[in-house]
Amino acid sequence: MSAPAIEVRGLRKSYRGRSGDTVVLDGVDLTVPAGHVAALLGPNGAGKTTTVHILSTLLRPDGGTAVVDGHDVVRDPDGVRAAIGLTGQFSAVDGLLTGEENLVLMGRLRHLGTARARARAAELLEQLDLVGSTRTPLATWSGGMRRRLDLAMTLVTRPRVLFLDEPTTGLDPRSRRTIWDLVRGLVAGGTTVLLTTQYLAEADELADQVVVLDGGRVVADGTPEELKRLVPGGHLRLRFADGAVLAAAAAQLRGSTPDTDALTLTVPSAGGVRPLRAVLDRLDAAGLEVDDLSTHSPDLDDVFLALTGRPQPQEDRS
Amino acid sequence: MTTSLAPHLPAARRSPGSYALVDAVTMLRRTLLHVVRYPGLSVFTIGAPVVVLLLSVFVFGGTLGAGLPGGSAGGRGAYLAYVVPGILALTIAGTAGGTAITVAMDMTEGVTARFRTMAISRGAVLAGHVLGGTVQALLAVVLVLGVGVLVGYRPEAGPGHWVALVGVVLLVALAVSWVGVGMGMQARSVETASNLPLLLTFLPLLGSGFVPTASLPAGMRWFAEHQPFTPVTETVRGLLLGSPAAPDLLLALAWCVVLTALGLVWSLRLYERRSLR
Repeated sequence: MSAPAIEVRGLRKSYRGRSGDTVVLDGVDLTVPAGHVAALLGPNGAGKTTTVHILSTLLRPDGGTAVVDGHDVVRDPDGVRAAIGLTGQFSAVDGLLTGEENLVLMGRLRHLGTARARARAAELLEQLDLVGSTRTPLATWSGGMRRRLDLAMTLVTRPRVLFLDEPTTGLDPRSRRTIWDLVRGLVAGGTTVLLTTQYLAEADELADQVVVLDGGRVVADGTPEELKRLVPGGHLRLRFADGAVLAAAAAQLRGSTPDTDALTLTVPSAGGVRPLRAVLDRLDAAGLEVDDLSTHSPDLDDVFLALTGRPQPQEDRS
Repeated sequence: MTTSLAPHLPAARRSPGSYALVDAVTMLRRTLLHVVRYPGLSVFTIGAPVVVLLLSVFVFGGTLGAGLPGGSAGGRGAYLAYVVPGILALTIAGTAGGTAITVAMDMTEGVTARFRTMAISRGAVLAGHVLGGTVQALLAVVLVLGVGVLVGYRPEAGPGHWVALVGVVLLVALAVSWVGVGMGMQARSVETASNLPLLLTFLPLLGSGFVPTASLPAGMRWFAEHQPFTPVTETVRGLLLGSPAAPDLLLALAWCVVLTALGLVWSLRLYERRSLR
């Protein structure tokens, strides 16, 4: 299918509050081709969740258009609902039922019939590593288990477009990988995924397309590689034994920045082995000994920080 | 990596309306499964009226019975006969609490939002709660009436009256459940949801359920004579005595229609707005 799975034009949304209106989305444009994984990045309050809520028909936009799987979210919400699955930030599971009952309930609501609903529930419990706890009450489940069950409930039938709002926040690395694998499997089967995340590594790992939102606007949209090219940040860091060597090295390498307290020299570099070798050859020729060396290539953290103009909270970095 | 061989979603062209009844049954099963899994709440909705019944009869009954119109001969037994219909009205009103709490839990836990992203009619989601509440109310009424019979209550209703009584109880329970759903959606937390329906529970006490309205002071008497649970109580009383009064019945039915309509409009309005947090 060549038509995009998600097409958003000029999406606007504001909330009325006591101190005037708060603009959450200020003309968002977004196109996600079918079968792609798009990651929405942005600081807290950038409008990621609001975008997902509008696309999944939970909220009506104030302006603009949004089409999901060929259905307009305002004019044909039932068409959208039949094509999508949403797993939100909070595990929306029925805490009074067991995991299996939750899944069978979803299967019935997707009209699979009882036998198929049960079979599918068993299959999903297995895939998401929840087998041992099938019949125990959810009250005894850990947060990670509830999140995985939530995702399983969304996947009872395979959605054509899947929305994941911070799917792995608060999960341990193993659960995170389980979910990544699951997303990859779905995409291989043709599902389009739009996910929001605070983990830039997650976007790097999964996404074909990264969209950075800030203050209700799209500030960047491209592949992870394209985005990384937008920001400088690739450099080598060399450490020396004393200040004299550091000064001599700084004189040798144009454009480098010495730090006399840490005895380090930061040298801009496009990355790769060749520039690295050139730098080391130069220092060798000058008879300067390097104590320690590290390379730093630009990652989405740099992109995020450069584009959103705000330091990201430390705990969100991974 | 296990690749999911999930079936794709059923044909998108099928409107959710065509599945409304199937979905409503699925939702009702879910509500009833809650009751089976966590009987605590239901035990309370049945237990509380039973306690009030025993208290009214064995503690207050001797004195209150003497004050009933028609002489002081009856005492405790006469008061039992008088108060049972009021207790039944209280029982039905009390089921709004359970409904409101389960609705509020669905709202705060995001379960309602999940349903909204699926092609399920909102009517089916709400019907699950309402029908579940109605079924529970009917069961509660049967059990509380059974306790009444155990402590000496003797209804005089004929078969036709019993049928009519079941019908009235179902209609009142339906109305109360719709109001309960509205309250559950209105509440911003489960705690509020468990308090709001108390307003409803108080109504049978402020009507003809426990004492004749004629014995009340003027202002309260006016209220008692114009609130929904007085005609309901009087209808139940009439049917159990085998002598139903048509005006009470009509008024009670009218109130059921009004409360059902109010609860329904209220719930549908809030369903879209309140299910996000």
